[in-house]
Amino acid sequence: MAKKILALVLAVLMTAVVFASCSGTNENQTTQAKPTGETAPATETKPAEGPNAVTLKNVKIGFIFLHDEQSTYDKNFIDAAKATQTALGLTDAQVLIKTGVPEGNECYEAAADLVDQGCNIVFADSFGHEDYMIKAAKEFPNVQFCHATGTKAHTENLSNFHNAFASIYEGRFLAGVAAGLKLNEMIEAGTIKAEEAKIGYVGAFPYAEVISGFTSFFLGARSICPSATMEVDFTNSWFDVDAEREMANKLMDRKCVLISQHADSMGAPGACELRGVPDVSYNGSTAATCPNTYIVSSKINWQPYFELIIKSVVEGKAIPADWSGTIATGSVQLTELGAKAPAGTQAKIDEIKAKLTSGSLKVFDTATFKVNGETLTTYKADVDTDPSYTPDTEAIADGYFHESEYRSAPYFDLTIDGITRLDKQ
Amino acid sequence: MTEQKKKAREPLFHIVKRAELPLFQAWGIRVLAVLAALILNALILMILTGQNPLAIYGSMFSGAFGTARRIWNLFQALAMLLMVSLAVTPAFKMRFWNIGAEGQVLVGGLATAAVMFYFGGKMPTWLLFVTMTAASVLAGIVWAVIPAVFRAKWKINETLFTLMMNYIAIQLVSFFINTWVTSGSGTLSPMSEYGFPKVGPSAYFLNIMIVLVFTVVMYIYLRFTKHGYEIAVVGESEKTAMYIGVNVKKVVVRTMVLSGALCGVAGLLLVGGTSHTISTSTAGGRGFTAIIVSWLAKFDPLYMILTAFLVVFLQAGSAQIVTDFRIDSAISDIVTAVILFFIIGCEFFINYRITRSERG
Repeated sequence: MAKKILALVLAVLMTAVVFASCSGTNENQTTQAKPTGETAPATETKPAEGPNAVTLKNVKIGFIFLHDEQSTYDKNFIDAAKATQTALGLTDAQVLIKTGVPEGNECYEAAADLVDQGCNIVFADSFGHEDYMIKAAKEFPNVQFCHATGTKAHTENLSNFHNAFASIYEGRFLAGVAAGLKLNEMIEAGTIKAEEAKIGYVGAFPYAEVISGFTSFFLGARSICPSATMEVDFTNSWFDVDAEREMANKLMDRKCVLISQHADSMGAPGACELRGVPDVSYNGSTAATCPNTYIVSSKINWQPYFELIIKSVVEGKAIPADWSGTIATGSVQLTELGAKAPAGTQAKIDEIKAKLTSGSLKVFDTATFKVNGETLTTYKADVDTDPSYTPDTEAIADGYFHESEYRSAPYFDLTIDGITRLDKQ
Repeated sequence: MTEQKKKAREPLFHIVKRAELPLFQAWGIRVLAVLAALILNALILMILTGQNPLAIYGSMFSGAFGTARRIWNLFQALAMLLMVSLAVTPAFKMRFWNIGAEGQVLVGGLATAAVMFYFGGKMPTWLLFVTMTAASVLAGIVWAVIPAVFRAKWKINETLFTLMMNYIAIQLVSFFINTWVTSGSGTLSPMSEYGFPKVGPSAYFLNIMIVLVFTVVMYIYLRFTKHGYEIAVVGESEKTAMYIGVNVKKVVVRTMVLSGALCGVAGLLLVGGTSHTISTSTAGGRGFTAIIVSWLAKFDPLYMILTAFLVVFLQAGSAQIVTDFRIDSAISDIVTAVILFFIIGCEFFINYRITRSERG
């Protein structure tokens, strides 16, 4: 018996030795194949001075993401970063990705570290990263800092700090059209009565970005299904699987017959799939995991912006301080329709999309909604961020609310009639 | 004949309690455990990613020490984790299962942020710092002493109680942020003008020095004072403690006051000394990681420098391999878990010996 065990131990040891020697030979190859910054970071601390020195062959961009691919929001950015890399023919060493960076001083450190690695551009994806990106931008004037969803670039007056967003309210409106068609289908089939067409919406924070999103979604749905109403509640977190799932369940318990969300996990779509309630998701298709309930998803495609900032740096052009992508730039997209989307949905979406692109249809047309029973003729929005969040800019003109025109991040923060905010009850 | 066969079927190995091992031998086993963990990790990484494991370890090392900035970040992370570990140590040494450090740190940070928010710019800087400190310590104490009193007076289980206090703390932070930030974004902009000043070569130097002082003081407190002795006795056996005339209730409450106060200081350093803002993730899981750090070091504050260092090294290194090799961040968790598993597991071989049964 003892001999058997000895033999076994020896066998394991030999395998280990073989593996160890294999890895020994591999090592040289990999170190040669990967001449990235960290072998000699100290010599690379100086990013290229003149704009002419940067080419597509040596430009380096660093990405800071709040979560990893578990979050649909961050996955959307990560996918776009990788697609941009492929489209522009950049190497892995030119595109550095840091995931799981919290919205605290860690963000500043991550940005500074990316500068140490020789990045010409640093991009961060989460709202709470903004102040730390500004701190880094002030310290490293030769590096471009770009931040999604932020609000301060147009007032900060730093030549190397930029905000970006997209007119996602147009995408939400189109997704709402698909939702409205689904509601009509349910009414026609007799599953629900017209007055039971209640949508449930899982929101992250009661913040303009979310409010603008669910309002445009609702307006899209109501433009198709006039009896539609909506209930909204908030998880107070951008990413919380349990809270989002439970909130979706709560809304379904309250007889919401269709769910949508602005929160970044698979919590709400997953809950809908379990109960067979149709779901309009966000940030990307959930068809793979929710085949029986997925209708459509709106998303921002960040690739056009990533290509813009990289090309700007390579060509020595200034990056816009505050950039807003549109349907026309390819930034606002709908994913492919789910199997449960009613027939004719694509045709209707295409029709409305054409109207939005041509400008003949406005999402926030003041004739289509009321606030406390009144049609709006004037509204001051908080566009320039100050510590007490004072409303400062007239946003209604020519019969519609001018969303994402005075800055890229949304500022529509009204609660319109037909939408019930459960957090205010 | 049959009896003889039965006799031969006794187990092949016996587990025997060891006498105290010589120091070098114990450390030899620990080093072997780390090596074994590294080899197993190398195998896992090779199979799962197809990457060269040595390159991966090189990347981890660079993530922790690659630049001066990374080294400062590493020591800052070490200091913050160590501070929370110091805070939970007296409680755990007393066998009081304080798994509420996360919440105690959070309320400490929340109190600091509240003082900065309401009084920043309205009182002299020195007074502001004193108020921030007092508020954070007080908040930490309140959060720790409530479960302690319930345990001492009515034997209410402290494990669940301290755990539940975490969730209350998180909701409190959420509530105050929503009150302060009227735009509803849930993000409180950093109030950097009211944060602690930069002292010495790095913005983190002050934090690191403060924690170093606390480490030495805690070492002396636990090892050389009457209080420290009482904590050890209560931890070994409450009945023995009562027999030799220790007031157990008093020691429990007093130790938790200390534990909570130090958690409050950790919150103060995270908010006042680092991020200058508060969020529900400010404590960042340190309240739980600190328990591993403290146990691994057998409640010795000086060894805790080592165990905390191991944890933050693994965290910084793992983050770097995710960037360098574009692998899923779950793999870095696996690497960390394997190393911790071997280190905890090797204590078994230090305490016990496996001998082969002799054949009759």
